[in-house]
Amino acid sequence: MKKNIDINAAYKPDGIEGEGYFLTTLDKVVGLGRKNSLWPLPFATSCCGIEFMATMAAGYDLSRFGSERLSFSPRQADLLMVMGTISKKMGPILRQVYEQMAEPKWVLSVGACACSGGIFDSYSVLQGIDRVIPVDVYVPGCPPRPEQIIEGFMKIQHLVETESLRRRESEEYKKLLGTYGIQ
Amino acid sequence: MIVSELGQYIQDKIVAKFGEGTSKLEIHYDFPVLIVSKSLVYDLLDFLKNDESLAFNYLTTMCGAHYPNAHTEMEFGLMYQLHNFENNNRVRIKVFMPKSDLNMKSMTPLWPAANWMEREAYDFYGFIFSGHPNLKRILNMDDMNYHPMRKEYPLEDATRHDKEDKYFGR
Ligand code: SF4
Repeated sequence: MKKNIDINAAYKPDGIEGEGYFLTTLDKVVGLGRKNSLWPLPFATSCCGIEFMATMAAGYDLSRFGSERLSFSPRQADLLMVMGTISKKMGPILRQVYEQMAEPKWVLSVGACACSGGIFDSYSVLQGIDRVIPVDVYVPGCPPRPEQIIEGFMKIQHLVETESLRRRESEEYKKLLGTYGIQ
Repeated sequence: MIVSELGQYIQDKIVAKFGEGTSKLEIHYDFPVLIVSKSLVYDLLDFLKNDESLAFNYLTTMCGAHYPNAHTEMEFGLMYQLHNFENNNRVRIKVFMPKSDLNMKSMTPLWPAANWMEREAYDFYGFIFSGHPNLKRILNMDDMNYHPMRKEYPLEDATRHDKEDKYFGR
């Protein structure tokens, strides 16, 4: 007997529908597309990176959220996932990776270390990556479980879906980047 | 050769070559340790490496140390650990110096392996190795302006503002 499985790949945005047409705003269509095809760049430097491996593997399967394809080139990535301790020496490298990514781009900071330096309150460790690049979503935990990473990822998806197409041109956004000295 | 015999043997060779009172022998667990005067170190290590019966051909490791409570003449130290592959003998050489004079001859002509280890000792303690081919920081960021393993500097990151007493009701 055939089982009836309800497959719901992506929600349809609000709009006006009729015979052979569907009307909605461009923002929503683009948001829908971007949200379900994020290409993350995993910047994994230590233990939190191991949790990410679990997140990406079959048990938790991040591909269910449309990020089947990890990008190891910043030029093709639109989500920077920073997982692990970032030493001060690594700071400029992280920043360079961020600068190489094309707009629009988002940043997910995973774990206590990336968020705040974590247990490493030390001369050699950057006390939170938001000292060198802007961060969209913080995931606490040392390390956070894959479920938490996925929740953080879904928060990013929500931001992506609802972001206005003009946000990246706004004065506010430019000012934010300006505080980090990024053009 | 048992450790104390080995230590005594090396000590005797050094005394014969450099004279009485140039090195002090101690046995730490299973390791002979020789504390030598600073001016002699390079020649002495050269001798330990090239003398046929000693032949310590391998520099296992070296590092710096800081003893803030020690006598000012003994505040900073360097340690060299040598290994003779053929007889499997090992020895440790220590040298102490005051903070005002952290200069030391580079051992890179004897063992190229000293290159990075001396850079580390420079990076963390500020020892200056004369004759080193490329004495710059190795592990810390280049624009760091102090030597973090010295005890006069706090271990914690100085840029945090969330640890002030008022947040903890102190
Ligand atoms: S937050 Fe904890 S688990 Fe994650 S990188 Fe830091 S120390 Fe490791």
